Amino acid sequence: MSVDSQTYVTPQEFSDALWETMQRLYGEVGASKAGLSLIDYDTDTCRAVVRVANVGIEMVRSALALVTRAGDKRVAFHVIRVSGTLKALRRKVTSGRTGKNYP
Amino acid sequence: MTRIYVDLHLKPDLSNTKQTEAMIKKTSELGYKLVAITLPISVSREQTQNVKDMCASYGVDMATRCDLRPQSPTELLYLLRKVRRNVEIVAAMCTNKAVSRQAAKDRRVDMLNFLGNDYRTRFFDHAEAQLASSCLARFEIDMATLLRSEGSSRIKLFNALRREVLIAQAYRVPIILSSGACDALELRKPLETAVSSVLFDLPREAALDSVSRVPCEVIRGNRAKLGPDFVAPGIRMVRRGKDC
Repeated sequence: MSVDSQTYVTPQEFSDALWETMQRLYGEVGASKAGLSLIDYDTDTCRAVVRVANVGIEMVRSALALVTRAGDKRVAFHVIRVSGTLKALRRKVTSGRTGKNYP
Repeated sequence: MTRIYVDLHLKPDLSNTKQTEAMIKKTSELGYKLVAITLPISVSREQTQNVKDMCASYGVDMATRCDLRPQSPTELLYLLRKVRRNVEIVAAMCTNKAVSRQAAKDRRVDMLNFLGNDYRTRFFDHAEAQLASSCLARFEIDMATLLRSEGSSRIKLFNALRREVLIAQAYRVPIILSSGACDALELRKPLETAVSSVLFDLPREAALDSVSRVPCEVIRGNRAKLGPDFVAPGIRMVRRGKDC
């Protein structure tokens, strides 16, 4: 996913914003079902790879859409691509392929 | 069939060209093919054309829109007479019950938009839905209202939206999901907007239609009406000249 902001967003701020919104929307039990974890955060391009359980994709997507702040910075998170494996995800993103997950 | 994604409610500050351009660029990047930009009633033709050119340069089709905020039904009728033939979309921002009832039963109003977070300040009830259904008005939900609210006010908004979506579906009032964005950071991808609507119990297929098929139909219908061949609903000019 990509991170839009007027200033630089650190991986910690990204992670905190995502977790906080998940907890606020779905509660601790609901958030735990999503199996959310941050795999990678590219500080140059402000792109992140997040692992999510298959059943939690819609939960995370809706939570992401409602994130407006990370720390004290205004942000917007956008899903670029969803894939079953990290290998396929990296291949598709680097080749610029778009699929049914886009837009 | 590939869907064409539409955002019918962008509210850039037109005096700030940089911000307007950033928003249009972002909508193009996010996958929207058609956007409606809210214009003030007194906007000049040159200004409208400038924004249209800007949209065209990013490969986005633009529709003109006017948000009416009348305080009384009489004012609504006056404003409708003034703007209906000049813009492609007319939305009524319903600030009180009398205005919302008048807007729902007037065929010149394309969309009904309710501003408050609390159910007391939102007037989309059974009577309103029945009027809207018979007069082909659509119910618009701005995602920016959700983004800007927090805590208890967001919970109240979810509650009100859940109730309103249920009523709209019962009376077959089409629902339109728009961004209502004032800057680029309030814009979301169409699929994210559609998925967020699951939070107020809008089914997935209906949510996808509300960011693509339904707004497309509004624009198509209104462009046909504003075109030179339109005579009356269901009647249009097919040929002109002596051989008719």
